[in-house]
Amino acid sequence: MTVFQKPRALADVPMHYCPGCTHGIVHRLVAQALDDLDLVGRTVGVAPVGCAVFAYNYFNCDMIQAAHGRAPAVATGLKRANPDSVVFTYQGDGDLAAIGTAETVQSAARGENITIIFINNAIYGMTGGQMAPTTLPGQVTQTSPYGRDVTRTGMPIRICEMLATLESPAYLERVSVDSIKNIRQAQKAIAKAFRCQAEGRGFSLVEVISSCPTNWGVSPAEALDWMREKMIPYYPLGVYRDKTEGGEQA
Amino acid sequence: MAEKVLMKGNEAVAEAAIQAGCLHYFGYPITPQTEIAAYMAKRMPKINGSFLQAESEIAAINMVLGAAAAGRRAMTSSSSPGVALKSEGLSYLAGCDLPAVVVNIQRGGPGLGGIQPSQADYFHATKGGGHGDFHMIVLAPSGVQEMFDLTGLAFDLADQYRVTSMLLSDGILGQMMEPVDLAAPPPRELPPKSWALTGTKGQRKPNIVNSLYMNPEDLERLVMERYERYAQIAAAETRWEEFLTEDADVVVVAYGALARVAKNAIAAARAQGIRAGLLRPITLWPFPKAALQALAGRAKAFVAAELSMGQMVEDIELAVRCARPVLRCNRTGGMVPTPEEVLQKLEEATA
Ligand SMILES: Cc1ncc(C[n+]2csc(CCOP(=O)(O)OP(=O)(O)O)c2C)c(N)n1
Ligand code: SF4
Repeated sequence: MTVFQKPRALADVPMHYCPGCTHGIVHRLVAQALDDLDLVGRTVGVAPVGCAVFAYNYFNCDMIQAAHGRAPAVATGLKRANPDSVVFTYQGDGDLAAIGTAETVQSAARGENITIIFINNAIYGMTGGQMAPTTLPGQVTQTSPYGRDVTRTGMPIRICEMLATLESPAYLERVSVDSIKNIRQAQKAIAKAFRCQAEGRGFSLVEVISSCPTNWGVSPAEALDWMREKMIPYYPLGVYRDKTEGGEQA
Repeated sequence: MAEKVLMKGNEAVAEAAIQAGCLHYFGYPITPQTEIAAYMAKRMPKINGSFLQAESEIAAINMVLGAAAAGRRAMTSSSSPGVALKSEGLSYLAGCDLPAVVVNIQRGGPGLGGIQPSQADYFHATKGGGHGDFHMIVLAPSGVQEMFDLTGLAFDLADQYRVTSMLLSDGILGQMMEPVDLAAPPPRELPPKSWALTGTKGQRKPNIVNSLYMNPEDLERLVMERYERYAQIAAAETRWEEFLTEDADVVVVAYGALARVAKNAIAAARAQGIRAGLLRPITLWPFPKAALQALAGRAKAFVAAELSMGQMVEDIELAVRCARPVLRCNRTGGMVPTPEEVLQKLEEATA
């Protein structure tokens, strides 16, 4: 871990995540960014429906829990009503890339000045491991028991690439939390996304390649290998849009 | 006294919202309520408010939820198929105890139905409007002046009781033009929004707006507390109008635009010697049960007139405990009965 002290933006309560789940790491990275940028007091977070639903208990900022997939719409209302606030959503891949696809694409298309932390763990965690839009070809889940058959379900959705076809987003980056090196990069990306919002530049989204050892049916260590070997090749890490100060892709 | 202004019903709703301090409107186009969004689109930028055409009614109601959670007055409007899509959001608003105003300018259904006036969303509006145990305050205007007045009231009631107020209207009232007195309603003392998500500013503990409770005892307690609040609303906020009921043998129960048709039918009935009257619910939830019960002591029969196959009639029958016959006068699909059709029912009821 790059972070040794508990960030102030993280509440002092035990998290309910399974052993080896990377949700906890990403919470820390978000909290650290809010600390470093001194944004906690003006931040409102939007928790999803998914394993991260209890995120409303884990951050030391104002929090709301949105209906499944609707977090970007709720964030839009919060931000429009109070433009001085910093608003982020924290969503899984079922929430963001299936039921909430319209809200995701349209908030990005509007260039809504919010930050989305998108947890891509290639599965529906909370409901016990069903196929997500991000489930890899051949991947076995409860609802793809013979492996994801792409001839019938299509290929997984790459959210960063899809949103990068839009003009309005200001910052899109895909990161991973499988290694210390990648966690460092994830920390930078998340901080940059919040800075992007604080500077009023518009929509920012950080997609985080994450794990779900419980529903993948592997050990935490194997899960990290699986992220590296299976997920990252299909979901290349990197910057897909950067309109921030000094950003390469305006 | 302010001068009266000639306005369309839909415009009166929009103007009333703005005068009530609603600076955040979110909507998705649908006939016959588009004038509300058009009015908001024109006015909001000029008064530092926000107008946003959402990608769907689902998104719109969730934007309202976000703005309401930020402690601001917010509104959305739609018509029947669009309001059905808002059901999930209405349930979340109730579960989060957030105040909001939702306008339904009803049209015929089911399905895409038609664009002509209807009252067929009565069940949806008064029996919850989404999953779970909850109520909305449902206000039913009967003219353009009431479109204005009840919209203002809707915001006050929503803030006072932390509930959604729904203005349940229809295409006739939305499109109708009448002179309106744009006077502000008497001010109410409203509770502070200490729960609002405005950022802690480092000065208080985080506020959490949430509808999830994993412990069933907690959830039951919260729902029961909410129902105590609903009982207070029923006791303090039930509204209705009575017209010529003092000596009535037969009472028409009708709301909205149809109440106007009923008044014409009642005048015709009286000219014929039939002692007819009208009870017009102004709040559909809470429903004026006690007023109906009182009338049932005198009147021999009731006529439930509705622009639907009969939905409010169930509440009427319950209110009079089936002690009196309740005849039905129903047109649906966008059709509106003539005063003669209502008169016929009055004749039948007193025959
Ligand atoms: C409208 C609605 N549909 C379905 C559900 C059930 N549900 C709860 S969580 C979830 C999937 C969450 O998966 P994901 O977004 O990938 O997040 P994760 O749990 O993996 O973090 C579903 C389908 C729900 N709560 N609401
Ligand atoms: S089910 Fe998966 S995503 Fe959910 S907490 Fe457990 S490991 Fe994490």
